Amino acid sequence: MFDLFRTFLQIGLFTIGGGYAMIPLIEQKVVDEKHWVDHDELVDLIAVAQSCPGIFAVNISIFIGYKQRGVWGAFLSTLGACLPSFLIILLIAFAFMQFRENPWVEKFFKGLRPAVVALIASPVFRMAKSSHINRYNIWIPILSAFAIWLIGVSPIYIILIAGISGYAYGQYLKD
Amino acid sequence: MVVLLLKLFWTFFLIGLFGFGGGYAMISMIQTEVVTHQHWMTMGQFTDIVAVSQSTPGPIGINSATYVGYTAIVNAGYDPLWGILGSFIATFSVVFPSFVLMLIISKFLMKYKTHSAVENTFQGLRPAVVGLLAAAALLLMNEENFGNISETPWQFWISIGLFSFALIAHRIYKTNPIAIILLCGLTGMLLF
Repeated sequence: MFDLFRTFLQIGLFTIGGGYAMIPLIEQKVVDEKHWVDHDELVDLIAVAQSCPGIFAVNISIFIGYKQRGVWGAFLSTLGACLPSFLIILLIAFAFMQFRENPWVEKFFKGLRPAVVALIASPVFRMAKSSHINRYNIWIPILSAFAIWLIGVSPIYIILIAGISGYAYGQYLKD
Repeated sequence: MVVLLLKLFWTFFLIGLFGFGGGYAMISMIQTEVVTHQHWMTMGQFTDIVAVSQSTPGPIGINSATYVGYTAIVNAGYDPLWGILGSFIATFSVVFPSFVLMLIISKFLMKYKTHSAVENTFQGLRPAVVGLLAAAALLLMNEENFGNISETPWQFWISIGLFSFALIAHRIYKTNPIAIILLCGLTGMLLF
């Protein structure tokens, strides 16, 4: 049981760049070293974790923990995956408080802000491709983006409306 | 204090529950709720949080929840030690909904995946998530992050340059995001 905690602690600690960057490390630890799931199971698991709400890597840790040791296993894996983030960020937050007024730190953050915006804009195109956006459904992302950007609609409503409409369209309208 | 903590819990609970499409799509939700609706911090502070979340270990969703929880409490004028409680509540409540959901789904894993109702729902969700991501980027393209074209033209044009550089480096050359962030930060130190 402690093994689950330790493994996901390592996964949480050594991956930078978010969910998808974690897949290779998860594969190495969980499939190749521990044999908790096999390759095919992991592929299915990735698909499920992606289509569930919440944090991708955490979703994977919950599933694997549950499969190994039930609810407590899931709890410990999740704790392991979240703990490094939590501690590191708190440390940075404390430190940043001290240096916030420093002009060099201010300039550093002024310079990186445009880069952060670019890094958020960048996956839009890749995701448009992988979500099969074409000329028949391109109005959906455009309308959603403008509703949030210009009118200030909460993304939560967009998700709810999109999910319900997709369901209704597929069940009752298509063919 | 208690009201703020309850609001943090509820906000991040909703973000965890409706946060489809991974960390970046989640950032769009956190941004709308935390900056636009609740006014817990400025767009600039939020951008800094995203930068730190991207360049430190761990999932971006967890990192930003932890940081936002802390900042919201400290910005409201409370002691930084209370900020730890804010961090804990935000992180716990963003994970909690998927914890319960994943446990349920773990039991019926294969049955769910190919069910037509689930598939249809996602047919609608996927394009919307792309829109969410675009909105997050558009909302961040403001004066606070880029400067003003007439008042601070120097900062504005350098910001545009850094933005273009980062976009090209990431899209075309697949440069590591942390390297991009560090490089742009250092350029800022030299030029601003």
